Amino acid sequence: MDFGLSEDQKLLGETVSGFLKEEVPIARVRELEDEETPYSRELWQQLAELGVAGILVPEDQGGSDLSLLDAAIVSDALGYGATPSPFLSTSVVSVAALRQVGSSTEVNQWLGGIAGGELWFGVAATEVFSRREGAKVELDGDKLNGKAMMALDCVGADFVLVPIESDKLGVIRSDAPGLEINALQTIDRTRSTSELVLAGVPLEACFSDASGAVQAMFDSGRTALAADTIGACQTLIDQAVAYSLTRKQFDRLIGSFQAVKHMCAEMIAELEPTRSLMWYAAHCRDAVPEEFSAMAAHVQSHSAEIGREIASVATQVHGGIGWTDEQNVHVWYKRIGLARHLLGGPELLRDGLARAQGLA
Amino acid sequence: MDLAYGKKYEDFRKEVQQFLEEHKRAAPSGFDLGGQEWSSWLSLLIDRGYWARTIPEQYGGYGADPDLLETAVMDEEFGRAGVPRGTAAQGPSMLVPTLLEHGTEEQRKAWIAPTMRGEVVWCQGYSEPGSGSDLASLQTAAKEDGDDFLITGQKIWTSTAEKSDMCFILVRTEPNAPKHAGISYILMDMKTPGIEVRPLVTMPGKHTYNSFNQVFLTDVRVPQSNVVGKRGEGWKIANTTLKHERNSLNAGTPELIERLRKLMSRESSNDAPAMQNPLYRDRFIALQSRALSMKFHLMRLTTCTLTGENPGVAQLVVKLQNCQLNFDIASLAIDAMGELGALFDRSKYERERGFWQLHQMLSLGLIIGGGTAQIQKNIISERGLGMPREPKPAKA
Repeated sequence: MDFGLSEDQKLLGETVSGFLKEEVPIARVRELEDEETPYSRELWQQLAELGVAGILVPEDQGGSDLSLLDAAIVSDALGYGATPSPFLSTSVVSVAALRQVGSSTEVNQWLGGIAGGELWFGVAATEVFSRREGAKVELDGDKLNGKAMMALDCVGADFVLVPIESDKLGVIRSDAPGLEINALQTIDRTRSTSELVLAGVPLEACFSDASGAVQAMFDSGRTALAADTIGACQTLIDQAVAYSLTRKQFDRLIGSFQAVKHMCAEMIAELEPTRSLMWYAAHCRDAVPEEFSAMAAHVQSHSAEIGREIASVATQVHGGIGWTDEQNVHVWYKRIGLARHLLGGPELLRDGLARAQGLA
Repeated sequence: MDLAYGKKYEDFRKEVQQFLEEHKRAAPSGFDLGGQEWSSWLSLLIDRGYWARTIPEQYGGYGADPDLLETAVMDEEFGRAGVPRGTAAQGPSMLVPTLLEHGTEEQRKAWIAPTMRGEVVWCQGYSEPGSGSDLASLQTAAKEDGDDFLITGQKIWTSTAEKSDMCFILVRTEPNAPKHAGISYILMDMKTPGIEVRPLVTMPGKHTYNSFNQVFLTDVRVPQSNVVGKRGEGWKIANTTLKHERNSLNAGTPELIERLRKLMSRESSNDAPAMQNPLYRDRFIALQSRALSMKFHLMRLTTCTLTGENPGVAQLVVKLQNCQLNFDIASLAIDAMGELGALFDRSKYERERGFWQLHQMLSLGLIIGGGTAQIQKNIISERGLGMPREPKPAKA
């Protein structure tokens, strides 16, 4: 029995974290937030060279065909750095879906393009679990009509993956005629979200009987998103502890007050078991597929809950300065805040979990 | 990541299953440690190596090498069969590991075997009315008198003292030494004159089985040869024992979640089961997430023990999280029963013999006992996160 990360996986985590710390420090993240999309092609190319972009892509298409746990380790590191990148939509969600729809020349080219860092895929999947503002994407012959809300990573993308209902999967070009991509600004400036307005948008491909692929998108995506939140929580705790060991009030380091120590202890006590659950959920994709959907929903909803608490408490440890723009704590607070509801928020996920167990 | 145990352990599992199939009817039902039924059962388990497995044969154990996965397999199978694999009493779980580490040959020969067989029952004399979290400030004194000590003082929270044969007790033998250096760890016969055991009624109340006591000691004569380790080293030795106690508090909660699921599907108000109410149901699933987190977290820590990797802060958070989780599971069960959830002490309409109220109160006891939640948070922040100790106030 071996429940933990292998030496290779630890090395992967250290390599990616080390690269991000060096190349994309928080100052660089703050510069990127003022661009049209916070994702830099140049940075993504560098990450592709590290094997990040194609981490889940089969070797035949130039990827490294690693496990979802490896992808979660990368996601954890990206959350830790608040790194803007299309990793979630392109390398996790889209690859999970494309690997399920079956091999074809077209699909293989897309997978190859993702692994090489040349192709970005956005995802417009919100309407599968929550339709608001009259949004819905409908198939009309070989074209798509309608509206999609809170689409992920579509600004600047090459293609967009669009699940239609929950059993068909469409692929469209981002520059297709009839498609409007309107950026939506959330609190989180490290991720790109948008509204898609579709009026007779031609499909590059449409896969029917794709309910397995749509489910795989959500399960893999939720696991990776949970890992991102866990990484964000870890850096918030690290920053809170480090701050408490430099800041003095009443002639003492604030980190020597039990009130502050207990806040930090509570944060790490919530985080560590959640990390264990996340490792298990990721492990399930290949090893325990019958539990994968449930574990992905559990870890996404649970990390959302502890994430909100940790983001709040870590800010409080910093006191007033934590509430300023300059201190940057809010960058992770906001990343966690958006992630809470992406691909389904905790209330929706727990409702789904209850239904899957026949409790509702 | 590989969660399979492998053939060796699956073969071992079959062996355990076969044993349980043949013998589980002989397992004792109650908690009356010290009785013949328990001693026979424990002796049978030792013969087969399912209890005292790694204790050397010369001390009455089975003499196998430590193997955490064998332990895990045994715990799983005995748990599934609903049969006790030994006892969590304080003698086997706390005194025996201490004697193996610090005892003399005579002490090991005399005490380990009968303790493991449940023939000698022990209680722990640590806490005092004035020394809880600050245990090292304890005042129970042992004065030299020839080859003996005369022990005078008061102990509290002494589980099973009323039926114990022996007590491992912390006493101050060196009154002039600094507080941590003046303590000795002594084995005391509970039949010695001068010991008075008074029951301490706790939160569940006088009608519920309760094994806590206060122990009053007046010139209790104990031979100096009953000191374990050296005089004045009792604090260090007790910390080995407390380490064993912390490990034994790490019970998992999946069975409790399953029991809660059944309750919530059964308990109806206005003809609808609690589970059909979306508010109760949401709380249930949230607790399920937390219980799963703890389940996999313990697997991660087991792996660290196997590989020798230091789990760091991940280990330190277990007691805090698990005790609160148990409390919260019991709380939802009580809420799902509504007003009937408060029924207790064998009242008409009481459910499951008051199990959930009792479990909530016992969980609260465990949030405090064995190192309070606040002491746990000090440990987590100091040892786990490298934060400084609270400075001592300047002496007035």
